[in-house]
Amino acid sequence: MESAFSAADLSAIWLTLKLATVVTFILLLIGTPMAWWLARTRSGWKGAIGALVALPIVLPPTVIGFYLLVMMGPDGPIGHLTQSLGIGLLPFTFTGLVIASVFYSLPFVVQPLQNAFEAIPERALETAATLRATALDTFFSVVVPLARPGFLTAAVLGFAHTVGEFGVVLMIGGNIPGQTRVVSVQIYDHVEAMQYGAAHWLSAGMVVFSFVVLLLLYTFNPTGRRR
Amino acid sequence: MKSARLIAMLFLLVMAHAAQAGGQITIAAAADLKFAMDEIVSLFGKAHPAARVATVYGSSGKFHTQIRQGAPYDLYFSADIAYPRALKADGFAASEVQAYALGRIVLWRASRAGKAPSLEDLTDPSIQSIAIANPRHAPYGKRAEEALRAAGVWDKVESRLVYGENVAQTAQFVQTGNAQIGLIALSLALSPELSAHGSYTLIPDSLHRPLEQGFIITQYAAGNPLAGDFSRFMRSPEVRAIMLRHGFAPPAKAG
Repeated sequence: MESAFSAADLSAIWLTLKLATVVTFILLLIGTPMAWWLARTRSGWKGAIGALVALPIVLPPTVIGFYLLVMMGPDGPIGHLTQSLGIGLLPFTFTGLVIASVFYSLPFVVQPLQNAFEAIPERALETAATLRATALDTFFSVVVPLARPGFLTAAVLGFAHTVGEFGVVLMIGGNIPGQTRVVSVQIYDHVEAMQYGAAHWLSAGMVVFSFVVLLLLYTFNPTGRRR
Repeated sequence: MKSARLIAMLFLLVMAHAAQAGGQITIAAAADLKFAMDEIVSLFGKAHPAARVATVYGSSGKFHTQIRQGAPYDLYFSADIAYPRALKADGFAASEVQAYALGRIVLWRASRAGKAPSLEDLTDPSIQSIAIANPRHAPYGKRAEEALRAAGVWDKVESRLVYGENVAQTAQFVQTGNAQIGLIALSLALSPELSAHGSYTLIPDSLHRPLEQGFIITQYAAGNPLAGDFSRFMRSPEVRAIMLRHGFAPPAKAG
């Protein structure tokens, strides 16, 4: 085994952390209202929307990668849109990876949030309303504190799941250093090129990272599991 | 009652075995062979109606690694003869390494309009993405990099390269329009799916080391006569004709 991480490995690690951070941030922004709606609505659409959100859990990454590649291509609807906006095409770009990952990790953020929101007693919200709190007030001073474990679980799972992404990235990434060559792809290339020493370093790093993240989650967030 | 069930099971086992009397082989073949090998296997099936031949297509490097880990492939066709040679050297082969073809690389784009692409066109700044197979482990990617360097355009194109996991994915990046042009295998450019929707230019083979392709019978197939039959079949004139038609030149020398 040679030295631990090459410059290319470090670039892949940095890129992966950057991707996961951006994706987690976006997911908390769009996932919170979605989860709130799913938790509180009595609409007949609840089942359908909930199923749509959960789809990426069930679908093989190849399905997601294939459709994204075709839809984001020059003849696809997303490709038409991005080209007319002057952004160009999304495959092989960091932005493209962010969009793919947001879709791919969506249920891992929405579902913990939805569970947390559903556990908030109706009475807490009614009390806030009788105290003339606005909806936004209620959300930030009642819902967010009560759902804190849910937010933590959502953020950690969204982040970790994006770090663990592989199939979708392989299909739409194009393996570009600093843009789309994330750790999982870099490991794959090391194995293909039979550089098992380098693959071991990154793989062991992933195992340790994932374990520590889950350990922290389960240690400091016990309320998320036992209710 | 128990013994009756046992006899029934034995009977089924024997029947299942009899159904396989024609033998069975699994072929691991480089992605560039997809169309040629399908044709060869179907021709082989006519001569051996009872035989069951399964084919798996993928990256030569990955198969190489898998065979070292005991993958159940009977024959291994690699786009780079260095892989089967390494397997042979380490005792994973049950036959000599046999060269079966020389691969060629082409510039390919998904349009039949205008003139055929040239290596100089790659420096055109309006081309945003150029697809090649990953030179770290894909044989066609290694040769593509050599050709781009030899043509003196590597420095101008490197920042716009996107890397396919193997040469088939590289073609797919271009076919979906996400890359404007790609360096792929001639055998893929000649395939029905790609030739109907694109045009290609052959890259002079003086620009890169030869893409010598080779196969072996693996140690896993040591006792399987069908593997030997298939290996001999590869040397038949019919197979040579199929390979030529799919863009594979005959190997320089046997062995």
